[in-house]
Amino acid sequence: MSPAPQTLSGWGRFPVGDSVVATPADRAGMARALGGDHGAGIIARGLGRAYGDSAFVAGGTVVETARIDRFRGFDPQSGLLDVEAGVSFAEIIALFLPRGWFLPTTPGTKYVTVGGAIAADVHGKNHHRHGSIGMFVERIDVMVADGTVVRCSRGENADLFHATLGGMGLTGMIMAACFRLVRVETSRVTVDYHRTADLEETLTVFESGDAGSEHSVAWIDCMASGRAMGRSVVMQGRNTLLGELSPEARRDPFGLPRKRVKSVPFTPPVGLLNSLSVRVFNEVFYAAHGNRRKVVDLDTFFYPLDSIRHWNRLYGPRGFIQYQAFFPRKSSLDGLRELLSTIVASGAASFLAVLKSCGPADDAMLSFLEPGHTLALDIPYRRGVIEALCGRLDRILLEHGGRLYLAKDALMDGTTFRAMYPRLDEFLAVKRRYDPVGLFASSQSRRLGITPA
Amino acid sequence: MSRTPKRDDPRNVILVGATSGIARPLGRRLVARGWNLVVTGRDAARLAPLADDLRVRGSGTVATLVFDPSDGAAVAGLFGAAAALLGAPPDGIIVCHGTLPDESGALLDVGQTRDAIDAGFTSAAMILAAAARALEDRPGAFLAAISSVAGDRGRQSNYTYGAAKAGLTAYLSGLRNRLHPRGVAVITVKPGIVRTPMTEGLAAARSPLAADADTVARDIERAILRRRDVVYTPWFWWPVMTVIGAIPEAIFKRLKL
Repeated sequence: MSPAPQTLSGWGRFPVGDSVVATPADRAGMARALGGDHGAGIIARGLGRAYGDSAFVAGGTVVETARIDRFRGFDPQSGLLDVEAGVSFAEIIALFLPRGWFLPTTPGTKYVTVGGAIAADVHGKNHHRHGSIGMFVERIDVMVADGTVVRCSRGENADLFHATLGGMGLTGMIMAACFRLVRVETSRVTVDYHRTADLEETLTVFESGDAGSEHSVAWIDCMASGRAMGRSVVMQGRNTLLGELSPEARRDPFGLPRKRVKSVPFTPPVGLLNSLSVRVFNEVFYAAHGNRRKVVDLDTFFYPLDSIRHWNRLYGPRGFIQYQAFFPRKSSLDGLRELLSTIVASGAASFLAVLKSCGPADDAMLSFLEPGHTLALDIPYRRGVIEALCGRLDRILLEHGGRLYLAKDALMDGTTFRAMYPRLDEFLAVKRRYDPVGLFASSQSRRLGITPA
Repeated sequence: MSRTPKRDDPRNVILVGATSGIARPLGRRLVARGWNLVVTGRDAARLAPLADDLRVRGSGTVATLVFDPSDGAAVAGLFGAAAALLGAPPDGIIVCHGTLPDESGALLDVGQTRDAIDAGFTSAAMILAAAARALEDRPGAFLAAISSVAGDRGRQSNYTYGAAKAGLTAYLSGLRNRLHPRGVAVITVKPGIVRTPMTEGLAAARSPLAADADTVARDIERAILRRRDVVYTPWFWWPVMTVIGAIPEAIFKRLKL
């Protein structure tokens, strides 16, 4: 029985590809899924929140981890959580926030799996302080090409550990992992908002606040040009302490308001996020956020877009790409300036543009961030136009020693990728050790030349 | 004599066939309520990780019992073993084990027919018989079993499975009739098509009528808490099966269902 292929895409809904999908329920099922002929390759897939083509392989097999979703253990002394790959951050929060624990770092959506988070070595608003999720991962169990499960950590099979962390699923299928949760006293975040006039001020506010604020992020107005280019609303937050809550709120310190989840019920025939609607939104957002302090709940602070299900449909049937660039500290101001002016000049609307300050690099071979800044923005897909724009942006990145985030990338070419990721050969050597025939591949790895096209 | 438990009291429950696709989310929901569970399955290697998961998720006791539902002696000893594991007599049981015979190709042979009926009916009836004896003097207790909409009317695509489930539905109905005066609830659960490992790869699992296992688990949880008699899950199977049941046999026999 060979099931019909399904058309899959990443969160950006561009590009798409057809893969045969298996949804094993346990280790034996995963091993069975490895058997047989997989054509273009085989790749694990969690909740499909990577934007581009990293979690499917056109003409190959996708192994969904949706049913590999058991908790294996939790140590309330150390906060060490042992889970299977398909457990989502949303589930971890639902279970552990009421017990006073939270994720050590989290991307802008909680609908990611542990396996996907490790494969992309995700980061969050506290990267400038603590680095990416890899900093908190103690151990990974990987099912490698021959079907055996190899346990790896910084002390055991360290080569596999450093290649799997941030390795986009190309060393094998992450089956389970152990990582640390952190204590929180409440489910709230105390946020300071600063409105800045331009890019330089934004970076200065980051610089001055980085030492003190646990979480920091800037929403940046990508439509503003000239002197106002890079104007932002910088949000710096820290976990609210129990003593800071009102006596009434203190009775339920870990409560979260029940929000009505809105949904985009279908894909509109044309994208609704165009330069006009985005310009209006940006003006209103910028004007609405003055300099002030506010206490908000964790969902509002960390996951604003999770309250709109299927928001990616707003970009219409052709989808969008998310471009997330990193610049090292010494060149970030110049690099960001050039990047922003190129985007402004192109007229490509970006609804969500987020600037973050980055801290320590971790020990992943394909690690994305190190001290510097990262800018993420959405660009609606327009054939031809977007390829040319992203090509120009890639060159700016290369000139300033920057790189592109693999969890977002959908268009980069192999030469650019190789120049951005200097430890690629080291990574490939480890991949060959555990996957000698090159079984694990994604559409992205084939495009980037990590695996043969 | 124990008092009648309130709706939200923690319970001591046996979950038979705990590794099945529907029991997995159901077990998670029950431990989240603080209930204590004995989870049973044939395969110890699959049972242990399931129990670990439930222990992290819940606050109550979760014990494992390797148990073959077709083994009469094991069935007879089930409640004693569960009481020993929990340190208290169970006051509920949910029978979830099952397999789906492949009736899509040739007619089943004699042996396959017996296996299918044993798996779908005989073992469940044996367990329910043991449960009825153990629980008949515990007002507030409950027995729940997963039957199927397939038991409402035999169709050419799965009538052996359907016949076993029809037997189970009838058995549960009689048992309910018998135990009602003693304050013991008997709950018949009739799911439609559910996306689980059991139905993986079947065309039916991709049907728009197919439900997530967790949706079905939520309905079962609710049925147990409300001590319902018969529940179709998802709910729309009730009108669907009412219509299918009303079709005259002279017409029904010509349909491709």
